[in-house]
Amino acid sequence: MSETLLIKGARLIDPVAGTDTVGDLLVLDGKIAKASAAPSDARVIDGAGLVLTPGFIDLHTHLREPGQEDKESIKSGTAAGARGGFTTLCCMPNTVPAIDNSTVVDFIKQQALEAGPIRVLAFGAVSRGREGKELTDMEELARAGVVGFTDDGSPVATGHLMQSALLYAGQLGLPIMDHCEDYSIVKGLGINEGWVSDRLGLAGYPSAAEESIVARDIALCELTGGHFHVAHLSTAGSADLVRQAKAKGLRVTAEVTPHHLTLSEEWVLGTHGHVEPDAVVTTAAYETRAKVSPPLRSLSDQAALIEALRDGTIDAIATDHAPHTYGNKATPFDEAPNGISVLDTAFGMLMGLVHAGEIDLPTLVQRLTAGPVSVLGERFIELATLAEGTPADLVLLALDEEWQVDPKAFASKGRNTPLDGDTLRGRVKLTIAGGEIAYDGLNA
Amino acid sequence: MTTGTMPTVEAKTATMSRRHVLDLDDFNKAEIETVLDSAEAMRGVLGRDIKKVPALRGKVVLVMFLEASTRTRVSFEQAGKMLSADVINISGSGSSAEKGESLLNTALTLQAMHADLIVIRSPQSGAPYFLARNLDCVSVINAGDGTHAHPTQALLDLMTMRRHIGDLAGKKVVIIGDVLHSRVARSDIYGLAAVGANVVLSGPPTMIPLELLRGTSEHFPASVTVEPNLDKAIEDADVVMALRIQKERAAGGLLPSMREYTRRWQVTDARLARAKPGALVMHPGPMNEGIEISSSIAHGPGSQIEEQVTNGVAIRMALLYQTLAGAAHAGPMGVEL
Repeated sequence: MSETLLIKGARLIDPVAGTDTVGDLLVLDGKIAKASAAPSDARVIDGAGLVLTPGFIDLHTHLREPGQEDKESIKSGTAAGARGGFTTLCCMPNTVPAIDNSTVVDFIKQQALEAGPIRVLAFGAVSRGREGKELTDMEELARAGVVGFTDDGSPVATGHLMQSALLYAGQLGLPIMDHCEDYSIVKGLGINEGWVSDRLGLAGYPSAAEESIVARDIALCELTGGHFHVAHLSTAGSADLVRQAKAKGLRVTAEVTPHHLTLSEEWVLGTHGHVEPDAVVTTAAYETRAKVSPPLRSLSDQAALIEALRDGTIDAIATDHAPHTYGNKATPFDEAPNGISVLDTAFGMLMGLVHAGEIDLPTLVQRLTAGPVSVLGERFIELATLAEGTPADLVLLALDEEWQVDPKAFASKGRNTPLDGDTLRGRVKLTIAGGEIAYDGLNA
Repeated sequence: MTTGTMPTVEAKTATMSRRHVLDLDDFNKAEIETVLDSAEAMRGVLGRDIKKVPALRGKVVLVMFLEASTRTRVSFEQAGKMLSADVINISGSGSSAEKGESLLNTALTLQAMHADLIVIRSPQSGAPYFLARNLDCVSVINAGDGTHAHPTQALLDLMTMRRHIGDLAGKKVVIIGDVLHSRVARSDIYGLAAVGANVVLSGPPTMIPLELLRGTSEHFPASVTVEPNLDKAIEDADVVMALRIQKERAAGGLLPSMREYTRRWQVTDARLARAKPGALVMHPGPMNEGIEISSSIAHGPGSQIEEQVTNGVAIRMALLYQTLAGAAHAGPMGVEL
């Protein structure tokens, strides 16, 4: 139910207008309206000391429905999104069945409508059944509303298929998002090839295995004129490749996750990133909750990713929210599936970068709003602004509020986070989607 | 039944209290010495007519092997039985693991049966850490986990070296072959570093951990270096240890051929002649004679390979005794010296 809300005295950051001012904002009939037009019965929210921005847009969310509702459902996943300040989630097609035909897209749209006001946009699969053989009916999927194509969870299986996909989707004006992992080098590993993998006796996923596919896809992007979007870019080398491709004027975009920006391979040791050079391996090691693909990389990769986010090489922050059950992760390291549950903690993690002076707040907000729109296309620009008359997708943020990560309190069913017990500084207070309150943490 | 020598054992082990044995990276020199001293006393029990003492009577030791092994499993079983523990073998075949039960649920079940200690061999690196993390009141001994660690093997190696060389500080140990996939080598590196020995690794570049190969890591002991040329690596070595080469590695693309491996890294008479006179020759077994080690060396005068096996039983007796008969368990991960 759309509400009439008057948010007073907040710091308003509008990444499209490029403004950063203190003022009032009215939510009326699901849209943003002029504060002076507020009716007397509007609910007034004191925004003093808080920051109001367009709701965040997540290009990369695993909602698991249909097929794996024990891990997440569209209802629980959108609730977690709201908790994290995200008013738009782009769900990945590695569901069971895969999003490879319009019936599944229609099902997701229906479930999302029933779940609440958070917008769910679907990516379609590149290949039928995500098997890497035949293209899906891309035009039919586009008509059903998909915003791009990906075989995420797996790379687009061959260069030939990628070439066809870029050409075909390019004509539809949609991106091909690729999970860049060269299966001829490694497959499915969730730890970086580096000192921690050597120390733990685990086979590691080297940066080279990501970069070789990023390079392949950039070359094919140039060949076809299509739009290649790098999913969860994780290495310094990949960032360099994207930087060069952009300098050439290619239609290449990239996203990075909160965990690749803020965590490193050391987290697999289970000591929350604190490691002495000659530290012993403790029973906390082989931390499956830090097992993710691409893996948490080295500290120097992390620094290069932050730099690439700052300079615009990386267009967007996307969560790659990948919920799993307790039992999925309560296994020896090799057996556990890859993935971290990110939506609930994303903003608090990212604010760590702002507090550390690594990135300024308006840039961070841009990468969570207008940045994703630059990947999805200008038709979504209204979601990334505070302009009057645009949909009231908004988030109210407390930059300095500290809170402790308690996975049991997550809205997501996935409690698989290595941040369990950590204190984050920066919290979502209120999330409004289409004028409806999707999450109210004002009194939390 | 005589218990005549047990007071000696107890006297020598009184200073150590440790709940788990997962790797040697958390052992210091003093603790290693304590274990080796205790193992020497245990060798006395091994030499008796009646090889049994009541030290662990009433304790339940589960020997859980989720991967094929003969010597290590039998060694633990024998060690437990000689100390009068009730030893129960659980193997990969026929266990709940094959019925799809998770390791966690299997382990919780065994804990609920009031097992005192689980010895685990697993093909998965970190499996013993996983058990230790999830079990509140059971001790865990790592009998080899994936390509990570094999601390009891490393201790028996140290015991064998100490018996022949004495103080290992400043001694040179060459470890040859597939270090990358060797849990023995990883644990040896930490054990040898703790006692001050220098380690030189020699093998194909595809079989040396990249971090060590690059030589850039601060995260490995400074006493470990890499020398690909075995003729150089072996010069003046006090100990020459060959690792088992899995024959399928050539098919996996890590080696051109067994022939080329043999030509470059087999421990031969000519190569051994470059080591110190009387250098010890060791191998964790099982051996591929004629591949990583020539037959003449394997059965030659410097070979300690059978003594390693005997010492293995003594080491496992010492560790079982110290983890189970020691005072009440220390804190959660406690190592109190």
